[in-house]
Formats: sequence, structure tokens, C-alpha cells
Amino acid sequence: MKPTVAVIGGGVVGSLIARELTKYCLNVVLIEAREDIATGATGANSAIVHGGFDPVPGTLKAKLNVKGAAMMPSLAEDLGVSYKNNGSLVLAFSEKEMEHVRKLYARGMENGVPGLSVLNAEELQALEPNISKEAVGALLCSSAGIVCPYSLAVAAAGNAVDNGAELLLASPVTAIQKQGEKFILTCGEHTVEADYVLNCAGIRSDEVARLVGDDSFSIKPRAGEYLLLDKSEGETVSHTIFQTPNEMGKGILVTPTVHGNLLVGPTALNIEDKADTSTTREGLAFVRSTAMRSVPNLNFRAVITSFTGVRSVPNEEDFIIRFSEKDAKFLHVAGIESPGLSSAPAIAPFAVQLLAEAGLPLEKNEAFDGKRKSYHWFSSLSMEEKNAVIRENPAFGRVVCRCETVTEGEIVDAIHRAPKATTLDGLKHRLRSGMGRCQGGFCTPLLVEILARELGISPMEVQKSTLGSNLLIEKTKEVAE
Amino acid sequence: MKKDLVIIGGGPAGLAAAVAAYDSGVRDILILERDTSLGGILQQCIHNGFGLHRFGEELTGPEYAARYAKQVQERGIESLCGTMVLSVSPDKTVTAMNKQMGIFTLEATAVILAMGCRERPRGALNIPGTRPAGIFTAGTAQRFVNMEGYLPGKEVVILGSGDIGLIMARRMTLEGAKVKAVCELMPYSGGLNRNIVQCLQDFDIPLHLSTTVSRIHGKERVTGVSIAGVDERLQVIPETETYIPCDTLLLSCGLLPENELTKSAGIPLDGITGGATVNQNRETALEGVFACGNVLHVHDLVDFVSEEAVLAGNAAAAYIQGNAPAKDASLTVKAAGKVRYTVPQRIDSASQEVALFFRVGSVADNAVLTVKCGEKVLLTKKKRRMTPGEMESVRLSAKLLAEAEGELTVSVD
Amino acid sequence: MKTTELTCIVCPMGCTLTVTQDEEGKILSVTGNTCPRGAVYGENELLHPVRTLTTTVRTVSGKLLPVKTDKPIPKEHLFDAMEQVNRLAAPDTAKIGDVLLADLFGANLVATADLC
Repeated sequence: MKPTVAVIGGGVVGSLIARELTKYCLNVVLIEAREDIATGATGANSAIVHGGFDPVPGTLKAKLNVKGAAMMPSLAEDLGVSYKNNGSLVLAFSEKEMEHVRKLYARGMENGVPGLSVLNAEELQALEPNISKEAVGALLCSSAGIVCPYSLAVAAAGNAVDNGAELLLASPVTAIQKQGEKFILTCGEHTVEADYVLNCAGIRSDEVARLVGDDSFSIKPRAGEYLLLDKSEGETVSHTIFQTPNEMGKGILVTPTVHGNLLVGPTALNIEDKADTSTTREGLAFVRSTAMRSVPNLNFRAVITSFTGVRSVPNEEDFIIRFSEKDAKFLHVAGIESPGLSSAPAIAPFAVQLLAEAGLPLEKNEAFDGKRKSYHWFSSLSMEEKNAVIRENPAFGRVVCRCETVTEGEIVDAIHRAPKATTLDGLKHRLRSGMGRCQGGFCTPLLVEILARELGISPMEVQKSTLGSNLLIEKTKEVAE
Repeated sequence: MKKDLVIIGGGPAGLAAAVAAYDSGVRDILILERDTSLGGILQQCIHNGFGLHRFGEELTGPEYAARYAKQVQERGIESLCGTMVLSVSPDKTVTAMNKQMGIFTLEATAVILAMGCRERPRGALNIPGTRPAGIFTAGTAQRFVNMEGYLPGKEVVILGSGDIGLIMARRMTLEGAKVKAVCELMPYSGGLNRNIVQCLQDFDIPLHLSTTVSRIHGKERVTGVSIAGVDERLQVIPETETYIPCDTLLLSCGLLPENELTKSAGIPLDGITGGATVNQNRETALEGVFACGNVLHVHDLVDFVSEEAVLAGNAAAAYIQGNAPAKDASLTVKAAGKVRYTVPQRIDSASQEVALFFRVGSVADNAVLTVKCGEKVLLTKKKRRMTPGEMESVRLSAKLLAEAEGELTVSVD
Repeated sequence: MKTTELTCIVCPMGCTLTVTQDEEGKILSVTGNTCPRGAVYGENELLHPVRTLTTTVRTVSGKLLPVKTDKPIPKEHLFDAMEQVNRLAAPDTAKIGDVLLADLFGANLVATADLC
């Protein structure tokens, strides 16, 4: 019988690990507490693939970041996810900050980061004309990039399912028992029996650790507020623009996104409630004023939304990727704060290798197919190809989300393809429907109608995100039946 | 496929423009509409108050739309519904898509842009707090209630006192919801007095001026909002913050002309109106491309949309027939004082009377409107009150235009 | 004596009217108006305020049809009228102008769109 590996947590780390595991002859179960993949830190972060000049040499962060960043382009390509190698700049506004830039350069060289160079003010202006004239120089990392993190996680989980993994959504793990050599996980309505368990529960990974009596680490939430600007502003800068880091984080960054918007943020505020993703007046004001140090002419009238991501900050310096001291078959992959997204492609094989060293037999799954069709496959077709698709299925000829040009055909596809989109946010994260400049003003009623029809539920049962986030409260004048 | 006239949008502007162009002799007309039927946003505006100027009677939105749809039908003007225009190129090639025909292109002699407007979303308002379900623009809620038959909430706070928000306050109240407050950032309402009386006062719904929603609460669904007074700089005064439990926040904070296609054609826009800059015939800077209705500037009454569409329809017909009026003048129109903008922004033919439409940026009592050319005063007009909620106009005779050159300045003091 | 303050809706001026009535409700004076139309409005609004009701009805098959009263009805009966409208099942063949309910507080309820 094939051994069973349970992966707790459907963020980018858990999803990529689940996919990695399906390369071998194993039973893989990916368990996610929420109704969809990528609802935690993966769903709200800077979407940056860092070069890897920031982490201290010799750490897991340094090793996995540099490796992960190198793996990202081909992984994104395989999974049909948008990635762009746009390069990054760390700005210096004083000679003292220039010293730090040079230190980062040296550190990057030691970490083996490709494409590093130190620019003077003139070279910087030539590269990015909208950058503040106050900047005296910068560190250029031409190997850095940007990616769509939730598409990456969703596609990884979907590809894992394509290759035989089981996906349990809305299944928070509340108890883990040991019966002989087997773990028994209680998760929502399900009970999962597993030989190995990976704890990729992000912000909740310390709580999951405690389910096996392990309190060797703790995770604190740190909020980061962001502003997202209209595509009209997407070309303000072409590189990801960092400020010289301080003890609270990497400062406020300004970056294009793979979808052509401009993203500005994040703040770094330690908070109490792990589920608190609210934005604050002060936070957003800080983002605006601090970002303008880097790019003085940012057009904040073009803001289309603001949001908060909650980072998982461990009480240790490095990523926590180790077996629990309570059980040699329980692997923590926790405290994956920045550069977690960049490292995730490398974390997956690294974690699987650790499992192998702990005795998990890795027999190659010859049927594994690591490629997955992009959610945006239709829009990348030529006009002739599109028309052929529309003749076959007219739903692809009906535009539902006008701002992002998403058709009914793509929406139905996303609702039925694993992991199934069952909510408005699920559709938004996969297709960008409702994510454009009107923010769902026009398409929300249409999306509700299509979700209800395809899922066979009443429009009143359609949710924005998690259970309880219904859009409609009651049907008017229910008398004519 | 070639077409004499392609009209983008089958709402009140597009329909009236089509009828006018037909009546001026153009036959090869195609209206492209993204919704499943003609009429545009009027279809969900089931309240009355439309058509007093145009038809001399009070109609509801669907009735007003039906009158124009009928005129279009009677003339046999062709239309395609469920059709999304994907782009307009500077050579007037229109690319569109629908279920039946897939993606197709039309080479138009003239194009009329009549895409209407959209509502300002939450993000643009920068309201801090959580992002739960239960936050809708007033228009989205209007569609749910009036077209789909669902109530999106039972306890409602409305931000913005624009007319759609006021109308929805009454509408949701009649359908059994409790509207707890309407908050308006400005010290005056953006809506018509009539709506404040008949949509709010009739139902004892409080209107809080110089007040905004300062925070949204609730994880899955809205559980309440904080509202707070604002100072002269429209900044929240934290100590005035109070909490209102509710399950829904409606936003009625302004309309934005929808000009993505206009931009794709490389047509320059007016930074204030958000619409194209046009001449007296509503011709954009791109010859043979006209714009009318809310895509050009947000109107207060649909009657004026229709009126403007007639100008554009007639002018498009003249352009197609090769008898467009000679461009014998070159006047630019500049807004000054309390006047925020004017439409048209330029006048290139002085052979006919021109009506200039404008809005003021703040309430003007005992207003004096002045039209000047350089230092020379061409015209003054007095009005007891002008408000930002209402579109104003002034007519400039051909004789007066013949005397002017260079720049006209329109101001209200 | 009783005084009531109203906002006049006759024109954009939005004058604040003060209407004074005696014990029987008879109008004694309207002040605050800047034109004669305002006085008429103030009087009517206090003695017999009326409103046109616009809403929707469901059809037999459950579709939604926009409707209005063909003339204004007494303001105090708006909710009573809604109750009757909410119980109605309109025919699915309704056309603009079709009377769906006669004598709804003195008005007819008519369809304002064609169902197609």
C-alpha cells in the first residue's frame, strides 16, 4: 500500500509541496481550513520574487530564496501562471544608505544572486525616470521578478489534484492523534489517516504544532497594508522599487504587478488577532506618504482598492523547516515570512527530501504531468482560435467582467476545474473578474447568477468568500409561487 | 464589414443618436449594446421623473427607454445586443465580440461613443476597515432589487447623497429594509431637493452632511460602520466617530464616464469631465468620432442626454454625407471661477447658435454668469442659485460667436 | 396653532417653508417661499400629500416586472399599497401600460415595461 502524506495548509507552500509529492507514488491529501486555496498570507502580499541579496548568508532563507527565484520562471510557465522578470532596485537616499546598498551587494554576491550591480544617481534616473531625484544610487538586481501568488498556489493545488492528490477544503484540523505508526487527523467533517504530516499552516502553524504537543515555536501576526492602483498607473515604474530596509521590514515598495497594476505597500504593524485583515486610516496614509519618497508623482487618485495581508512572523530568525521534536514523521514548514513566496518553489523539493531522509519511500510517479492550462488560456489565443472556441461554446463570446474582459466560458471553466471556484473571491483570484476599475459594480449580479446556476444553489447562498459572507439577504415579494 | 455609422452603447444616448442620424438620412447604422436588451441603465431605474423636458410627462426609466427603443425599431435600425466592443482604433475600426458571431470587426465611416458611465467604487474612496460582503455601489444594489428581485441587505447605511443613493434609500425601505442613515462628505447634498424630500424625509431617514464612513466593520458580512464628521479639508475628525450597526453599506459617491475605448482610440480626454474633449457637434479630436451622454460628461437628467445625442447623431450624419459644416472658427472654451468645466470645450464653426453646458463646483447664490473673450464681456446672465448637482447651460448666438476669437472664458461668481 | 417646516421641491432653490395651521388643520400661512408656487406646494404638501408609487411585481412564473401607479396616491398609504402589490401575480404577457390592479388607493397599478 502507498504511504499517505497529509499536507496541512493550502497556501503557496502547502500547495507546491502537495504538487511535489504527487511526483512520487504516494497518497497525498492537501487539507485547507478555508473554502479556497490561498486565502491567508499567499492571497495578500507584495507578489515579489526577491533576488535573494537580503537574507543572511548560510541561512535557509538565503539558500532557498536564491534557488526558488531561479526555479520560479519555469515553474510559473508549467503551471500557466503569470511571471515577469522585471528586476528590482533598492534605493539609497544618503551616503549612509549607499553603504547599506553596498553591503547588500556584497551579501548578495555571497548568496550567489545573479544580476547584481550598484548604480549611481545618473544610471538610476536613466533606468527609472519617475524615481525621486533625491535618490543618490541603488542596488539593481536584474534577476528579481514579480508573480501572481494566488494563481501560483491555486494552480499548484489544481495540478496536485490533476496528478491524484485529494483536496479537502473548509476542513480545519482540530485534532491530531497517533494510533500506532499512523496519524489520525480530525479536520471538519473528515478524518484523515496519514503516515507523514507536513505542517504548512502559515499563521496557524504554531497552533497546529501544539496539536501534537509541540510548543517549540510561536507565530505572531504582522499586518501589512497595501494600495492597488489602476492599470493606467502600471507603467509608472518598471522595476520593483524598494527602500533601504530597516528593522521593521523592507520599507514601502512600489511595484508593477504581473497584471499591469501598480502595487504600493506594505506597512509593518504587529497585531494581536491573526484574522484581522482590516486596513486603517493611519496605515494607508503612511503607505502614501512613504511611497512618495521613492516615486514623488504617484497618482493616488487612481487607487482601486486597499487591503491588508497578515505575515506569519516566527520567534526564530530563519524559516522553521524541521521535524517536530515530538514526532519524527511530523515536519514543520513554518514561519515562512518574506522571502517565502520567492523560496516556495525550492521549499517543496527540500521538504520532500527531508521526508525521504526520514524514511518516506520515493518511488517515481511515471504518470505525473506538471503542466497545467492557464485560467487565461482563452485570452492568449489568436482571433481565429478564439472564434473557433466560441463556435464550439458560445459562452466564450459573452463578456461578463468588462473591465478585465472575462467571458462566461472562462468563469464556468474556473467553477468546474479543480480546485473549484465556488465564491466571488474564488473567481476573482483565478480570473480577475471584479478586480478591475469598477471593482465588480457591473459584473457582481451576473457572477452571482452564474455561480448559482453552475453550483445548483440559490443566489442567496452565493458567498463572497467564507461561509456567512452571503451577498443577498432575501428574495422580495415571495408570493407568486 | 463596412458600416456608415457604428454606435457603441444602446442606452438613452445611443438610441437617440441613432434615431437622429436616421432622420438625417443615414440608413447603414449599427448599434452595439453589451446588455441583453436595449435601454441601458434606464432599465433598472424603475422610478419616475424622466422625460419632463423631452416628452412633457413624467415617465419611469423603462418607459423612457421603451419610447426610444420603439423609435429605433420603427425605423428598422439594426442593433446587436449581448455584444461587447473590445477596441476602437484610430482608423475607426471597431472590434467587438458576441456569442453568435464571435470576434468581428467593423470599418466605420463614423463612430458615436455612447458607453455611459460607471460608479465610483469603494477602493477609490479609501474607506479603512475590513472587506466583508455587504458593500455595494447603489447601482449594483439597484440591479439586485429591481431586476433580480433580491434584497442585498436589511439594515443599510448609505454613503453619498447622489440621486441614485437617495432613490435606493426609498426603494429598499419600500421593500422592507431599514435605512439608518445617509452620510454626505460635502456640506451640501449632491442630489435633487425633490429626492431628499421624497426619498429621505418621507421615510424619516436622517441625512448627515459633512460626514463620512470612517471605518467598515465585520469579518464575513458587514456588521456595522463607523461614521464621523469631517473638517473643511474633508478629513475625518476622530472624536466625532460613532458606530452604527448595519449589514449593508451602499456607496453613491459619484459617476465616472467610461472611456476605456475612447482612450484605446487615442482620443484626448478632459481631465475634469473624464470624457473626450469635443466641439459644438460633440465631435472628438478624432474626425468622424463623436461622443454623447454620460460617457462625455455626467448629466443630471436623461432628457439632456437625449438632447445631446441628437446633436451628435445629426453631426455624424452630416459627416457621413460629406456636408459637415465648414470649420470656420477656432475658439477654445475655458472654465473659470466656480465653473468646473464646459462642454463643448471648443467651437470650430460659428454659423449656428451653440449651447454651452457646465457645472459649478460649489453652491453659488445670486450667481452671475459671465462669458468673456479676452477682456471683452460677451454676455452676462443672473441666476438665484446654481448647485453642483445640476447641469447649467448658456446659449451663445451665431452673431455673438462671430465677434469672438481665441479663447472664451465662462465664469460664475 | 401648529407650524411645520418643509423643503420646497418646486425648483432647485429648495426654500425652507414654514406652514402655520390652526387646531382644525386649516392653513393660516405659508412663509419662507420666494415665489407663489412655493405657497401652493406648502399647502398641498400639508393637507393632502401624494406620491407616485414605483416598484416591481412578480409574474405568475416568478419574473420581475416594473410597475407604477398611474397617478399619485396619498402618501400615508404607500406601505399599504406595497402590501397589496407584493401579493400580486402579474400575467407573464404584461405589456407597458397594462392595468395590473385597479383602484389602488384611487390609482391604477400599471406595467412600465414589456415582458419579453
